[in-house]
Amino acid sequence: MATAEDSVTQAAADTGNKMHWFWGKLNWDVFPFYDPLILGTFIATVILATGVLAFLTYKGLWGYLWKEWFTSVDHKKIGIMYMILATVMLFRGFTDAILMRIHQALASAGILEFLPSYHYDQVFTAHGVIMIFFVAMPFITGFMNYIMPLQIGARDVAFPFLNNLSFWLTFSGVILIMMSLFVGEFAATGWLAFPPLSLLEFSPGVGVDYYLWALNIAGIGTTLSGINLVVTIVKMRAPGMTWMRLPIFTWSTLVTNVLIVASFPVLTATLALLTADRYLGTHFFTNDMGGNAMMYINLIWIWGHPEVYILILPIFGLFSEIVATFTRKRLFGYTSMVYALCVITVLSYLVWLHHFFTMGAGADVNSFFGITTMIISIPTGAKLFNWLFTMYKGRISYELPMMWVIAFMVTFTIGGMTGVLLAVPPADYVLHNSLFLIAHFHNVIIGGVVFGVFAGITYWWPKAFGFHLDKFWGKVSLVGWVGGFYVAFMPLYILGLMGVTRRLSQFEDTSYAGLFALAAVGVAMIAVGLVAFFIQIAVSIRNKEALACGGDPWGSGRTLEWSTSSPPPHYNFAFTPRVYGIDAWHYMKTHNATPPTSNYDAIHMPRSTMSGIAIAALMTAMGFALVWHMYWVALASFAATLTWGIAHTFNYNRDFYVSASEVSRIESGRAAATPAE
Amino acid sequence: MPKNHLWLILPALLLLSGCDLVLLNAAGDVAAQQGDLIIYSTILMLIVILPVIIMTIVFAIKYRESNKSAIYEPEWDHSVSLEIVIWAVPLAIVICLAGLTWVATHRLDPYADLPRISAEKAIDPDVKPLTIQVTAMDWKWLFIYPEYGVASVNEVAGVVDRPVEWKLTSTTVMNAFYIPDMVGMIYAMAGMETELNGVMNSTGTFRGIASHYNGAGFSKMDFEYLSLDQAGFDDWIAKAKAAPQKLDRESFLELDEPTIDHEVTYYNSVEEELWNRVINMCVAEGQVCMHDMMTMGAHHDRKSGESHKHHETNIKFPELNPSHDSDENKTLPASPKESKPALEAN
Repeated sequence: MATAEDSVTQAAADTGNKMHWFWGKLNWDVFPFYDPLILGTFIATVILATGVLAFLTYKGLWGYLWKEWFTSVDHKKIGIMYMILATVMLFRGFTDAILMRIHQALASAGILEFLPSYHYDQVFTAHGVIMIFFVAMPFITGFMNYIMPLQIGARDVAFPFLNNLSFWLTFSGVILIMMSLFVGEFAATGWLAFPPLSLLEFSPGVGVDYYLWALNIAGIGTTLSGINLVVTIVKMRAPGMTWMRLPIFTWSTLVTNVLIVASFPVLTATLALLTADRYLGTHFFTNDMGGNAMMYINLIWIWGHPEVYILILPIFGLFSEIVATFTRKRLFGYTSMVYALCVITVLSYLVWLHHFFTMGAGADVNSFFGITTMIISIPTGAKLFNWLFTMYKGRISYELPMMWVIAFMVTFTIGGMTGVLLAVPPADYVLHNSLFLIAHFHNVIIGGVVFGVFAGITYWWPKAFGFHLDKFWGKVSLVGWVGGFYVAFMPLYILGLMGVTRRLSQFEDTSYAGLFALAAVGVAMIAVGLVAFFIQIAVSIRNKEALACGGDPWGSGRTLEWSTSSPPPHYNFAFTPRVYGIDAWHYMKTHNATPPTSNYDAIHMPRSTMSGIAIAALMTAMGFALVWHMYWVALASFAATLTWGIAHTFNYNRDFYVSASEVSRIESGRAAATPAE
Repeated sequence: MPKNHLWLILPALLLLSGCDLVLLNAAGDVAAQQGDLIIYSTILMLIVILPVIIMTIVFAIKYRESNKSAIYEPEWDHSVSLEIVIWAVPLAIVICLAGLTWVATHRLDPYADLPRISAEKAIDPDVKPLTIQVTAMDWKWLFIYPEYGVASVNEVAGVVDRPVEWKLTSTTVMNAFYIPDMVGMIYAMAGMETELNGVMNSTGTFRGIASHYNGAGFSKMDFEYLSLDQAGFDDWIAKAKAAPQKLDRESFLELDEPTIDHEVTYYNSVEEELWNRVINMCVAEGQVCMHDMMTMGAHHDRKSGESHKHHETNIKFPELNPSHDSDENKTLPASPKESKPALEAN
């Protein structure tokens, strides 16, 4: 008890109202290196980072990275950078998960409480924030960025510079979150930072400020990226690609980005109000002076529920592509798939209250939102049936992506069922905030989004890099993840039914120990799956000659991304394809269409720019300065951001032509390099 | 009882005979009904979930590439009758579930007085529900018994088969009040009053928890609910009456200081109007009570002749009244119950 109280007082002391005119709240005491766990992580991170930096310098790769990647506006490279960012953050978020599982297993058995509650609370907050905002979001944005323009026969997105800026703004959020690990602290409020807990009165430290600025900055990136991709789909489809000929993944990208454009401003506004409460002393969400915290809960979930669909809809699209490819059959019910996507998009705005049935609304309101939630399950169910009937009378080849699909279909169905169960308000009164809820959303997010991400990576990797991923290690990864998921989360369903709440770090009775231990075993299995994934990539890169593939590596690709080479040239298509039906590439193959190999035209392309990375760096400085109340730095970097942004608009040297002879040279080189299918 | 047979058919749960699944086997009637609802809804959904899972596995095996005897129709992508089925079957299930939801949500409305004591026992019109006023603090629970003039911290007692009407508020962040064996949770929030109605059908000691994360002391913010017979309850009240300290504004503020794992404490008496001061956030000397502040605001608006929006809502503003002795219900402008008409046409 003494230690818990100490940590409370320590948190209060961290406030440090002793402001320095230059350094704001920043001083030597904010580095939490008294904690051996953080010190160890810090040392490991420093060694790892130094190693990576030294390696890059030794290999002389900085110029290459800067020129070819960091400043690139190529949607494919930006897509890959999103994927790398997400993978790195998956590692970080998963480390938090391991910490939590070990802690709960040991604490519930009465052996050891190795994280004080103050630290544990930051870990679960960071886990949630990172996994949603900096793992799941970059993964799906990466897929949409890389694949969608290829599927519609475009050469880039509508606003290539904006795309680069969006990526670096997301990266900026990541930097702030990672900094909070070593400089100061992170929020200990839960991933949505509900007030009043997240207000200065109850969270006086800088943790919530890190949370707010990281999400505010990354949120701008997401919104801009959403606008960009919507415009791309509306304006840049290849001739002949009418709406009902759009590949289903592109449809899902469209509705997802419509959701992003409509919902992220809500998040930005909500967080801005909370920021105002913390920085300007306003009373939007305070207990007193007319504030109302219930307003925040409503607003954040008006963003939060569409967010769930922002994550899952592109994955639905991706699964649809995979099922059609590997069953070697047209997607069943294309039209109803499209309508299901649209219906889900609209309905996702009508269900937010189901996240807080227990806040005291009346029976009419609660049943309304419970029933709208159930209605969403109808189009979702229709999609599952459509995948099933695509498999029906198909010829399923069990490549890795298809194995992930089967794992998804079974797992996601179970998660959907527990989700509808939670939508029954009186059932939610007993299940809300319990580990049953935790098991449910991990069931749909791991079973849906994560399985989908791995399916997508193994599916499109050959397209992006020109060689397949190793199948053996892929299977190890699959078994680890799928098996690990069930072992880790089925016990949580049971614990939830035993009345165990989420976010507990101390336990009084030991009757839960067995199930928590089992869950820890599950997380260890997932760890094996994650490590196997990294091994899979390493092994595949080493054997890339043996695993090399051509433009249509699965032999049954149906959409336009398979019609170009692997990897595609930076201009994607030498000739803009013409579309005559759904599954444009399948149509070309069945009609023996051969692409022309002469008479190339010059191709108009956007030029790289460093403005994106520069503006994001300035905004990171601004965010950091605001967290620590170094107002002069914040003002200076904000002014610099504006200046750079405006100056960039005067840069008229932003495009160039790839000459016809250059196109011809690249095209002939590609033909020669492409092995036969 | 039907529920005991029902949960046996869930095969996964059979393996768990060692676990105490309190949610499916609750001691109180309301929680038991909520638990039954979990089972009924699950069964209803399995009608569609099980076929999907089975079909996934069957199709995955039957239409594998190596099985050349299976039919292969690469261009078959549409069937009106199938589409009708795949939209209609989930729709039918959802209609049933929606009906169940509507009825159950209204029957188990936390605000409503209980319609029965248990499946076998009707409500006794002569027995008034036991009102307990609950204040969530950092990080402990304070229980006030207006009927008996006593209060307790981190332990609360009720009479078996006598309905309990919980009035909830908080002096700090949002909390959720939850006794898994008795009734599902409801949030307790500062400056307002929420309500929960439940009953316990057997005697015993049950766990109560704070089920909404609320900061550093969260894990240890629990209490014991003692479900006693009438004699036991009278003894418990007598024990509280014998406690040395009384709960007045001063000792309330002392108690309100953040503590973790606070010991069980009893108070022999409760200062008059303390609860009103708690929900109006004016226990401390010099704080203006919320209802007074609003009355002043309303008065000011009327004087200046401005017509503000809130005059058109259904929220009732009490007349200007500097004292705190007006009728309890009128003094709760911020309570969700009062403001409910503004949220929904009930």
